[in-house]
Amino acid sequence: MSVGAKQLSGKTRWTLSVNALLIYVFFYAPIALLVLYSFSNDNLVGRWGGFTLDWYRDFGANDEVQGALSVSVRVAIVSTLVSVILGTMAALALERYRFRGNRFFDALLYLPVIVPDVTMAVMMLLFFTQGLNLLDSLFGIRLSKGIATVTLSHIAFSISFVSIVVRARLSGMNQTLEEAAQDLYATRFQAFRHVTLPLILPGVVGGALLALTLSLDDVVITQFVAGPGSTTLPVYVFGLIRKGVSPLINAVSVVMLAASILLVLLSLVAQRARGGSEF
Amino acid sequence: MTAVKEAPASEAAPATLEFALVNEANKRRRGLLLALPAYIYLVLFFAIPLGIVVVYSFATRTRTGGTALSGWNIAAYEKLAEPIVRDILFRSLLLAAITTIICLVLAYPFSYFIATRTATVRNIMLVFVMIPFWSNFLVRNYAWRVLLGNDGPVSRFTEGVGLGETTILFTQTAVVLGLVYGFLPFMILPMYAAIERMDWSLIEASRDLGATGVQTFRKVTFPLSRPGVIAGSILVFIPSLGAYVTPQILGGAKTTLLGSYIVTQFLTARNWPVGASVSTVLMVVMLGATLVYFRSGGRTL
Repeated sequence: MSVGAKQLSGKTRWTLSVNALLIYVFFYAPIALLVLYSFSNDNLVGRWGGFTLDWYRDFGANDEVQGALSVSVRVAIVSTLVSVILGTMAALALERYRFRGNRFFDALLYLPVIVPDVTMAVMMLLFFTQGLNLLDSLFGIRLSKGIATVTLSHIAFSISFVSIVVRARLSGMNQTLEEAAQDLYATRFQAFRHVTLPLILPGVVGGALLALTLSLDDVVITQFVAGPGSTTLPVYVFGLIRKGVSPLINAVSVVMLAASILLVLLSLVAQRARGGSEF
Repeated sequence: MTAVKEAPASEAAPATLEFALVNEANKRRRGLLLALPAYIYLVLFFAIPLGIVVVYSFATRTRTGGTALSGWNIAAYEKLAEPIVRDILFRSLLLAAITTIICLVLAYPFSYFIATRTATVRNIMLVFVMIPFWSNFLVRNYAWRVLLGNDGPVSRFTEGVGLGETTILFTQTAVVLGLVYGFLPFMILPMYAAIERMDWSLIEASRDLGATGVQTFRKVTFPLSRPGVIAGSILVFIPSLGAYVTPQILGGAKTTLLGSYIVTQFLTARNWPVGASVSTVLMVVMLGATLVYFRSGGRTL
């Protein structure tokens, strides 16, 4: 790679630095102000009225918020566990084996990433409405939309993201170590457990963190498939925002933001361990 | 001696071949077994739901707001040509296009700048793009709702400098602002990846051969970075076109976009066939865009 072309002239360099600075201000100023106002002792959301932790106390004391938070966390944990297992297996199958229908599977695995979330929400709504009616009329089993339908929907989009991240790791990986292990009479399971898994682990962890983030952030799909009592935190907050802004929403938002940022930082640590990749 | 030596070798050859074939068949079966759980899951919870949406788009709405899966017709698609729906469609396309262009203009010089930094600086700059990329989208849009409110800081600032109260909240401008804010990282990351991957010696050669900066950019730099431009544009355009959360939070009554229209058809108007037909059209547009992307040499999303 040539260094010469990467050297910018003084004026260009100056313009580009200012542009970069402005973009960072654009990214961070709204977030920073939101954090600031969440500590503001004023009933109007966009005004500084002295420091207070009242809104965070409200957050802790509000049963609806706490209930929604607990639903969010439970859904996120279960959907992440299932999608990590299924997504990693799918990634291994596609990167290491050729099998009947693998091209169709590859395409099917990409679709949930491409389809917009409104469309996916509609798909899941119609599917569960039809499916639950069918269960009722065929077997007399009466079920309704709830935490299970939310979790099943989250798994449906998370598998794809996990498998993309794990595949990125696998495709850059040398297969000789696995082959050596098998040549040295390790069983397939031993080779996987002691060689392949440690090598792809950063990818698996990265995929898991992505699945957690997606599950904790989703509003649209969840709103369509949630029933009474299975409202997640983003869906609850979205409902509140539509009625109007409030200092409580500021505090809840900051908590959600802090959780996202924590997950990004963890994923960057995982990425560092895998030596850089696209996600 | 030679005959004895040769015999095992000639016997071994077909045995190895047979072994290889059995091994190959085993490998195929093992691959399928590994893929099977995700395969079944996605067929059940993705492919079938997708099919149901397409089926519903040809169904009939009953008087009570239910959906009769009979009397198949294309009435729901004909409704797309009605002025109300057509306006929403055009408005969505327009806002998504404006959002994409703004992101493109902001992201290109920014990504170029990052790509020309030293490795350490570059990594730090990228981390600070990753944070908004991963942060909760709803919350990031909500932040603008607070900032742009009547008594919010933006309004107080414009009043302070004598421009009067800011009134962009609940307008299309606010929706575009929210979309740009939300999706700008989706433009920056693939664009950066493409610019970073460029063969910089070609740019140097162009300059050495006497091309001006503008000529070099038009004939060399931009074409080299095109995969990133296309990838980023699709990653911004697609979610903008289907946006639902942003117009709900920052838009007003006159800024209904496709996403909101679909949701209304399902949750309030109870016209599922129409909601399904708009979803189907949206999906076809997305698939088309994705094919364009893969054709243009993109590999990962």
